Amino acid sequence: MTEFAGNQHIIEVLYLIASILFILSLKWMSSPGTARHGVWAGEVGMVLAIVGTLLHRGIVDYTWIAIALVIGSIIGVPLGLVQMTAVPQRTALSHAFGAFCVTLVGTAEFYLRSPNVPRFMMAVLSIEVILGSLTFTGSLMAAGKLQEVLPQRPITYRGQNVVNLTLLAIAVVLAIYLVLHPGDRQFFPFILGIGLAAGVLMIIPIGGADMPTVISLLNSYAGLSAAAMGFVLDSKLLIIAGALDGSSGFILSVIMSKAMNRSFTNVVFGAFGQVQASAGAAQEARPVRSATAEEAAAILSAANKVVVVPGYGMAVAQAQHKVRELFDALSKRGVDVRFAIHPVAGRMPGHMNVLLAEADIPYDRLMEMDEINGDFPQTDVALVIGANDVTNPAARTDASSPIYGMPILDIDKARTVMVIKRGMSPGFAGIDNPLYYMDKTLMLFGDAKGFVGNIVRELGGGH
Amino acid sequence: MGSNLINALYIFVLAGFIGFEVIRRVSPLLHTPLMSLTNALDAIAVVGAIVLVGEHKSTFSTVLGTLAVIAATSNVVGGFLITDRMLKMFKTSRPTKP
Repeated sequence: MTEFAGNQHIIEVLYLIASILFILSLKWMSSPGTARHGVWAGEVGMVLAIVGTLLHRGIVDYTWIAIALVIGSIIGVPLGLVQMTAVPQRTALSHAFGAFCVTLVGTAEFYLRSPNVPRFMMAVLSIEVILGSLTFTGSLMAAGKLQEVLPQRPITYRGQNVVNLTLLAIAVVLAIYLVLHPGDRQFFPFILGIGLAAGVLMIIPIGGADMPTVISLLNSYAGLSAAAMGFVLDSKLLIIAGALDGSSGFILSVIMSKAMNRSFTNVVFGAFGQVQASAGAAQEARPVRSATAEEAAAILSAANKVVVVPGYGMAVAQAQHKVRELFDALSKRGVDVRFAIHPVAGRMPGHMNVLLAEADIPYDRLMEMDEINGDFPQTDVALVIGANDVTNPAARTDASSPIYGMPILDIDKARTVMVIKRGMSPGFAGIDNPLYYMDKTLMLFGDAKGFVGNIVRELGGGH
Repeated sequence: MGSNLINALYIFVLAGFIGFEVIRRVSPLLHTPLMSLTNALDAIAVVGAIVLVGEHKSTFSTVLGTLAVIAATSNVVGGFLITDRMLKMFKTSRPTKP
């Protein structure tokens, strides 16, 4: 008895240290200089927590724990070694894994405890299972869309929100019934099933441009479901980690929805993908000026200040390494080159920063939207690579535009604008971009990687 | 039970506030590694799954628990690994090259 009690104290102390390390871990993420300490703190905290758990007196058999830890590690290593361009889908997949774990534990706990489930516990257990199952299928769908295994086009139908909300309402009613009658096990699978279905339905109407918001939201749900699991198991550590993850996802969702000029309720209720793809058709034959790689290289090398605006197109074309060569070639000629990163550029928060960092571009050249917007009037050349809607001046000037009010990079204020683009097709949102028809805009038609490579060759810096 | 619940709610609310204040200060530069790090930390759910497996109360709970430990462990390992790989890439301007 006393020996067990001693163990229990050790476990509690280890969990406390782990909680402190987790908070420090996130605190150290505040700047790139200390961020790697954050990873170490997190790792140490995790190891302490797992060691503490293995001391738990209730554990009678370690065989399956050991097997599962080994298999999990074997699966985890390749997931940690994916290409940087695959990070958005990897992140979505790991949200799915986290939610899967939470849902399974919640389900097992219900069947172990039923019919003796106190009301409060049944309530949090329902939250855990609904949020967990919804996040599980939702994240799998998101990962599928990002990996392009599933069609990326948003699929919408009439009454979509009504269907989703009705389903969730049914789940809530069933959960309340179970809170009152926890012995009626037959209702539990329905809650689970509705959660799984709701996750799929929630992501069906999502298109690529909404992914940063959706991934953040799923991140938040995964955290909250883990916190709910902490309530069920009465684990302070789990509540803390879940609350940290939940608030992180919440903050990122708010930042992303602001950057797309969506209200937060709009995001919470899943009304994504609502931008109508009909606005483009009217004006097709307006003249644009185009230029060759040679001309672009001449203009760039004559410039003092160049700002590169990367977007998802750069990621798709895997052009980041060529962009780095361009950065080197221009820097060598004394041109000041910086990068303007819109918060929702790419498919997840911070996506562009990671790709450019991978290509060895120093992070002090990567500027946030608010930092750089004031500098565009003094910028000689703004070079857009694979970005579209985040540069569209209609968001500032045209009240009838679907993206009106969305904060954009003020590219149109630069002295010369160059846009690398495959053709004149409108961007994701299907909205025409007046930027392309301005007198100072030069369209550089071609594949991002190939075209940047050609410019580099003209500058005499290519391989 | 009652006081446990209140304690748990206090912890949840306070941790949420800490999370909010701490994460608000994270530079947008690092939002992607932040998400993969919180994901790895969130996989602390593995402790609940480990106890579930180890207690071996029923075959059903052991099977679900084992799958849960596998899923969470892969998040722990993969999450920390990729976060560290990403952070290693963030470098500041070097002194001018030759």
